Amino acid sequence: MTVRFGVVVFPGSNCDSDVYHVIRDVLGQPVDYVWHEETDVSRYQCVVLPGGFSYGDYLRAGALARFSPVMRGIEEYAHEGGLVLGICNGFQILLESGLLPGAMLPNDCLEFRCGWVNLRVDNADTPFTLEYRRGEVVRMPIAHHEGNYVLEKESLEVLKNRGGITFTYVNESGQPSKAANPNGALLNIAGIVNERGNVLGMMPHPERCSERILGGEDGLRVFRSIVRYYS
Amino acid sequence: MKSESTVASCPWREMGLKDHEYRMIVEKLGREPNYTELGMFAVLWSEHCAYKHSRAVLRGLPTEGSRVLVGPGENAGVLDIGDGLAVAFKMESHNHPCAVEPFQGAATGVGGIVRDILAMGARPIALFDPLRFGPPDDPRSAFLFQGVVSGISFYGNCLGIPTVGGEVEFSRCYRSNPLCNVMCLGIMRHDEIFRGRASGPGNLVMIVGHSTGRDGIHGCTFASEELARDSESKRPNVQVGDPFMEKLLIEACLEMMRTGAVIGIQDMGAAGITSSCAETAARAGTGMEIEIRRIPTREEGMTPYEVMLSESQERMLLIVAPDKAPVVEEIARKWGLCAAVIGKVTDTGDLVVKENGVEVARIPAKLLAEGAPVYQPASSKPRYLRETSSFEPDSLPMPSLSEAAFKVIGAPNIASKALVWRQYDYMVRTDTVAGPGSGAAVLRVKGTRKGIVVSTDGNGRITYLNPRAGGMWAVVESALNVAVTGARPLGITNCLNFGNPEDPEVFWQFKEAVAGMGEACRRLGTPVTGGNVSFYNETEGEAIYPTPVVGMVGLLEDIEKRVSPWFKTEGDMVAVIGEMPGDPSHLAGSEYLERCFGLIAGKPPEPDLGLARNLIEALVRGAENGLYSSATDVSQGGIFTALAESSFGSPGHLTSSPDVSGTEIEISLGKNQRLDAVLFGEGVVAAVVSFPESNLREVAALARSLDLSLTVLGRVKRGRITVRAREGSRVRTVVDLETRALRDTWSRALVLS
Repeated sequence: MTVRFGVVVFPGSNCDSDVYHVIRDVLGQPVDYVWHEETDVSRYQCVVLPGGFSYGDYLRAGALARFSPVMRGIEEYAHEGGLVLGICNGFQILLESGLLPGAMLPNDCLEFRCGWVNLRVDNADTPFTLEYRRGEVVRMPIAHHEGNYVLEKESLEVLKNRGGITFTYVNESGQPSKAANPNGALLNIAGIVNERGNVLGMMPHPERCSERILGGEDGLRVFRSIVRYYS
Repeated sequence: MKSESTVASCPWREMGLKDHEYRMIVEKLGREPNYTELGMFAVLWSEHCAYKHSRAVLRGLPTEGSRVLVGPGENAGVLDIGDGLAVAFKMESHNHPCAVEPFQGAATGVGGIVRDILAMGARPIALFDPLRFGPPDDPRSAFLFQGVVSGISFYGNCLGIPTVGGEVEFSRCYRSNPLCNVMCLGIMRHDEIFRGRASGPGNLVMIVGHSTGRDGIHGCTFASEELARDSESKRPNVQVGDPFMEKLLIEACLEMMRTGAVIGIQDMGAAGITSSCAETAARAGTGMEIEIRRIPTREEGMTPYEVMLSESQERMLLIVAPDKAPVVEEIARKWGLCAAVIGKVTDTGDLVVKENGVEVARIPAKLLAEGAPVYQPASSKPRYLRETSSFEPDSLPMPSLSEAAFKVIGAPNIASKALVWRQYDYMVRTDTVAGPGSGAAVLRVKGTRKGIVVSTDGNGRITYLNPRAGGMWAVVESALNVAVTGARPLGITNCLNFGNPEDPEVFWQFKEAVAGMGEACRRLGTPVTGGNVSFYNETEGEAIYPTPVVGMVGLLEDIEKRVSPWFKTEGDMVAVIGEMPGDPSHLAGSEYLERCFGLIAGKPPEPDLGLARNLIEALVRGAENGLYSSATDVSQGGIFTALAESSFGSPGHLTSSPDVSGTEIEISLGKNQRLDAVLFGEGVVAAVVSFPESNLREVAALARSLDLSLTVLGRVKRGRITVRAREGSRVRTVVDLETRALRDTWSRALVLS
């Protein structure tokens, strides 16, 4: 099965080549870079918004990127059911553009945090999580300054009840404790999916844990899930 | 010729030039310089740019080797790593800016070193930050510490270049003069190497990146004097960094260099346009003519003086073939950057600056870039050494070793630095196989089996007590840190941080430390490919410890054969290869002596360089043959610290700690040996390794073949660190601690007030 991926490059993206590497060299699928000035992404079966500092994170992380030409194309693409994966800064852009609900505050420690965390997979029924088991605890790295996810109470209930939370920061035994939360996110939320199930945003970096030599392969299953979804 | 203002009384003094230097300028120029020209001389003839006091001594360092593709003199050194690949790397200081504005000082330090690597044609792939501060419980030091770390985090993370290593150490002597050294490493193919040369008269001179503003004027003059009470007023000399602009500049320049349009390229760092123009022309033996009004500026009405001396960040100078300017402009436009033709290369040998076509400065490029005087400063052995060297550790009482263990493990210099590096993105680019907290950083090279291994090291206290030994140890320790991973050390860059070189005692420290460094590099076959000298790290007569820092680069031919420092399997044997400490002299300058007795004393021994060479061989060959489960060198905090850190497990998880290991060992105490010197003594060339018992014969044979002693201490054991001492037939337990408790102390000891 061949699934064609597009990896968006904004000025300031810096995980674009990491995602590209995993898709092409580890997953063995065709992949292109998509320049932020392009407007048509309909030729792809999945578009990835990678991590980094698009537009220097000026104003607010993701706040400027949402106005770039490519986002108009991606909004249209998402409305037609195309798969969109936003990682870290990509997640922040999806929030700013309204493709996903909520917003990001600076981490509660007020510092950048980089390191491994434990995640619980809460919804294994999305095109991005088919290769996980619900409730499974996996390890992935994070690296961000604004990952403190917030959403007003009623919408949060809705999000939760419809299975919109896909990844939660947990301790080794799978509990979303305060100590297991690296940034202060509400309900320890690390990743969410939209109602239709075709747009997923996550703060952890699956591309950083897709090869054994980097300390883990739990992230590769996000990309494998997408391929499986189309099989 | 137009002069901007009449040269009043002695304006050169204000700019940091000495009277005799000014006379030399007048003589060489054949006339008095005008104000703009004087400013240009002042910055390029500053200590920071011209190495006036260090040049003669640095000539003694070995700079050649079969792997050296580019040695000192260019923007960075380049080493061959085989298969047509090369690494460019260099270390620099940003000490003075950090003393007055730590956040921007550190941020722009990162920016500057990254552009040096970029200028070689390499893609920057890793950053390292050796830092020194006053005690962390001192409010001023804590402020500087926090500011520097945030600055590095802010700038490096945005660039998408992982910060994978460095060190942080603390001592009162760095209270007013913190050290912020930054090292960058980049990778490229041999045929992609660029040089900072303005060759080919008629070629265009272009500036790409940020526009030029009034920031950082005379930054390098400021970096070439002692700090004083009023140094706060120097804050406007510190530049302001924009990492987003730098990220665009990296991508744009790499793309430009791939088109074949670029003939030469140079970073605009210290002394901005003046230095980049003068240096590229001087290296190529050409001249250059530039027009001030064609330089994109941030502000209206900037004078030629301000434009020429501005240290605005994120700018590169490009030498471009006459018909290729549109290619460069097009790529710049794509990345949203300014690109402007500001002049052309000439054959006159002069750097000529015009404003609206009227000449405002004309100086021979070679005189500006290479004509500064070279000094042979007076040197004399520091008086304090008589006192520190006469110290006899024999007379010390023996404290409780368990208490000492906690004190040493909990010392700020030894304690976990996770609170620093968890603020750095050390994983971006997905090449970090071993990151901060591992001794040496290991980076894979995608598409090959290779690993690049880097360690930065320098011990100010040891160098203070024995400068020559300190210079040697910086090389030996960084080489061993690289070798314990299984990598072969290839070459170094350095950053030499010292006080005022005009003080004969400081200069003696400098000469001795460089001599020691050179000797160690020669014996280990690791040439110096470039580096940086930072003098005047002194406030009101108080100098820092002489602190030479080494950045060692090594190569793992097969990254799958790498060895990590952590114990793996219960029951593995634990042994020391190399020298066993125990002699009272091993306590000289040790962390233990400072922590447990408040003493900074003794005369640390020089490392046995022949032994170091053999130990490196044993570590590399042993790793190639898969003999070791773990390996780590013995350095600060001695064997006990090496054992403890091997037991603590890989750090890097933010919300849970790893399974800890432990060890049970027995040491035999020889005649005239001290137990504390065995456990905490430093100044030995040694590594702690663990391996399955089935490999013992091979490990022993390897050690024997290299004339190294192998001392089996005990075994890996879960949960506890237990040390028994044997004296004759008597055996007693001297330390028996829970690893978890020790680890808690180690991981929580460093806090910021």
